[in-house]
Amino acid sequence: MNNPTPDTTTRYLNVMRTRNSAAREATWLRALRQSAVERFAETGFPMLQEEDWKYTDVRPIERAAFMPLPQDAALPAVPTAGQFRLDGLSGPRVVFIDGRFSASLSAVGPLPEGATVTTLADALNSQPQVLEAHLGRYLPADGHGFAALNTALLADGAFIHLGAGTRLEQPIHVLYLTTAGAALLLPRNLIIAERDSEVTIIEHYAAVGDMAYFTNSLTEIFAGDNSTVEHYRVQEENRAAFHVSGVHVQINRSSRVISHALDLGGRLVRNDLRAVLADTGGECHLNGLYFAADRQHIDNHTHIDHAQPHCTSREFYRGVLSGRGRAVFRGRIVVRPDAQKSDARQVNNNLLLSRDAEADSQPQLEIYADDVMCSHGATVGQLDEDALFYLRTRALGDAEARDLLTYAFAREVLDRVRLAPLRVRVEHRLAAALRERGALHEVHP
Amino acid sequence: METPSRDIETLVHRAYKAGFVTELEADAVPAGLNEDVIRLISAKKREPDFMLEWRLRAYRQWLTMRPPQWAHVRIAPIDFQSIVYYSAPKSKDDGPKSLADIDPKLLETYDKLGIPLREREMLAGVAVDAVFDSVSVATTFKEKLATMGIIFCPFSEAVQEHPELVRKYLGSVVPYTDNFYATLNSAVFSDGSFVYVPKGVRCPMELSTYFRINASKTGQFERTLIIADEGAYVSYLEGCTAPMRDENQLHAAVVELIALKDAQIKYSTVQNWYPGDEQGRGGIYNFVTKRGACRGENAKISWTQVETGSAITWKYPSVILEGDNSIGEFYSVAVTNNMQQADTGTKMLHIGRNTRSTIISKGISSGHGQNTYRGLVKVLKGAENARNFTQCDSLLIGDQCGAHTFPYVEVRNPTARVEHEAMTSKISEDQLFYLQSRGLAAEDAVSMVVNGFCKTVFKELPMEFAVEAQKLLGVSLEGAVG
Repeated sequence: MNNPTPDTTTRYLNVMRTRNSAAREATWLRALRQSAVERFAETGFPMLQEEDWKYTDVRPIERAAFMPLPQDAALPAVPTAGQFRLDGLSGPRVVFIDGRFSASLSAVGPLPEGATVTTLADALNSQPQVLEAHLGRYLPADGHGFAALNTALLADGAFIHLGAGTRLEQPIHVLYLTTAGAALLLPRNLIIAERDSEVTIIEHYAAVGDMAYFTNSLTEIFAGDNSTVEHYRVQEENRAAFHVSGVHVQINRSSRVISHALDLGGRLVRNDLRAVLADTGGECHLNGLYFAADRQHIDNHTHIDHAQPHCTSREFYRGVLSGRGRAVFRGRIVVRPDAQKSDARQVNNNLLLSRDAEADSQPQLEIYADDVMCSHGATVGQLDEDALFYLRTRALGDAEARDLLTYAFAREVLDRVRLAPLRVRVEHRLAAALRERGALHEVHP
Repeated sequence: METPSRDIETLVHRAYKAGFVTELEADAVPAGLNEDVIRLISAKKREPDFMLEWRLRAYRQWLTMRPPQWAHVRIAPIDFQSIVYYSAPKSKDDGPKSLADIDPKLLETYDKLGIPLREREMLAGVAVDAVFDSVSVATTFKEKLATMGIIFCPFSEAVQEHPELVRKYLGSVVPYTDNFYATLNSAVFSDGSFVYVPKGVRCPMELSTYFRINASKTGQFERTLIIADEGAYVSYLEGCTAPMRDENQLHAAVVELIALKDAQIKYSTVQNWYPGDEQGRGGIYNFVTKRGACRGENAKISWTQVETGSAITWKYPSVILEGDNSIGEFYSVAVTNNMQQADTGTKMLHIGRNTRSTIISKGISSGHGQNTYRGLVKVLKGAENARNFTQCDSLLIGDQCGAHTFPYVEVRNPTARVEHEAMTSKISEDQLFYLQSRGLAAEDAVSMVVNGFCKTVFKELPMEFAVEAQKLLGVSLEGAVG
């Protein structure tokens, strides 16, 4: 090709190679990066022709060619950072501004013995042996290009380690705040809950300003035997932002993982959540709420792998779509041969509030064992006319009645959010979004 | 009526003399596919020019296409150049001479299904000299239908006698560019059924290929076209419950249905091609494109299928709901036993206002069978108040089989309501235990539970078909428990 400007894939590959030749790193990390570089070189950006990307066009991300920020400049001051605190939660707080750790905004506070809450960069120095054992171990070998991009250039993120039997009562709030335009951000989180431990983590993505940027995050969670991990991913990026996330979870014997995916912002959002029930008695609960308005596009792919017998999974995703909002849901449940007594249920409901909104839903069951109970359900619809009528007879205005029912629809997911401050925050966001757009009057003028 | 075999025989020679294809022998086309073979097929069938051109366009398109890979099945690569694309109907001498020459397993199955001796001979392909009862029956039917204006004839006959209808509707639902196998079919199809029911006529009987004996040997590339004009009604049955002895490896058929305003078409299939042996050797690849279009208001198309045969089934009977208030239905039972694989389902395209669709799919897997439901429900922007209900249930018998569900739901209209639910579970031990405690043998108990599971689909089948389908299910699942 005679193209004078190299394409984004080539540019990223150049960044990777430059970085890797300059860095002095442990051999295992070098190897991990190198295989990711090779994977990225092989796959590049996903294309619409690929079944997993059939509804999500990432060409705008490719065209924008966001670049990593220089790591040596001074961190910008963010006077409004306080807005993103979750008032009422007093646990450790780890804040990243433009992908870099902000010591002044973070507050880890006293932790019980056996618990570590720090940054990945710090952990790479202080406990490389733990990282070697876990980092990059829970990703599928055939991951897409974005995951490879993250691994190839991973620099920082949250590192949370719970030693055996350690319980952390207060949730850990990990905030990624973006202020810079045209930036490629690659948060990388690693959560390790050893046997009998318990922890709650909030991964929170937000922006100050309305510039375009690209967050490409990757989180790995290891839930050791008999542990409990509750994970929240709260995505309230701005309306110009691109957000691609991967959450990869390994659930061991009799352990329990509860995931909440709350997507409120972003222009083009794609989340891959993959949970492997790797030993008997594992349990996973995946809850999701997405709210797409204007021209937002939110794509949730979940994959639950019942690799061993006697595991349970529950999945509940709901979406509210207005304006030209579009949502994609694909939830796959795989039950491997011999994973007998698997119990899997999955539900996806979509509420369409406007003429131009679109919902694409694909619940999928792939089952190779016989003694199982698996079900899925998917619906796309509108508000119930009878319920609306009832509310009108109770003297509510049309708009109020619609808002109330929409709110009630979302509430069923929010009710599962155990942390009240977080729930209230999301509720307010939802209510504000409903009011601001008046989206609810579009269907019946 | 002149027998078609003689008809073709003469044609063959005529074509040869005309010098269309010099290097090919007259009545045995060598394996492989090229434009000459297509010209030959067209010439043998004495087709008008437009048909030949259509076939050639399809063939040229096919050359640019690749076999689809997305289905959840494992397929050994097919060598399309080793297939014989046309063979004249077999002469009576080729077939087995009597039932004694037939595989005893096949006979055993006929016995269990209670098929009359005469019919057994026909199904097994035994050359019978005497004129069948059913042949005369077919003729009587045909005359009666003709008085009502209903056209029911082999496709090749329709091409010659009703070219205007064929030209108007052929490929209007499944264009020759549609997909790899449909395109191949468009290029080389040999024969099939053609039905036209005129305005306001209600076809008084179930039409069936079974009665139209001359079409039962149409081979591996069938093409069926059914048109119900305004206000017409027709019910069409395809296949029969008895297993068909068939040597062909690949079946790539195309069925097109067109229902105009207020018309209704009901299409029922019982597919019981040879599924291969217990080790998965042999068996038919059944790659079929079936689609109907509800072209006018209040039109209705209903697909009912019972899929028990074939080594691999790849089939998605679909409905394009163009007319306002039109209705699409899909009822399916798919059984896979031994090494069988099925990837089947439907597509419902909601285009008109107030369109409704119902999908009920029951998959049964046993042995090493892999059963996949794959379906699409798409509601386009203008489809006000579209409504869909989908239910697909899978039943697993044995711990080596697989059941998969891949529905696609795409909705672009806020007034639409689309619901999908699916459930996969093991055959209930409690129910089996109860039935056995009441004195039923294990196999009968399984059969009874499975029949109960499939009841909502069977009740959509015409009566006599439903009874046979139930028996068939029992036969197909033989050895599933034990």
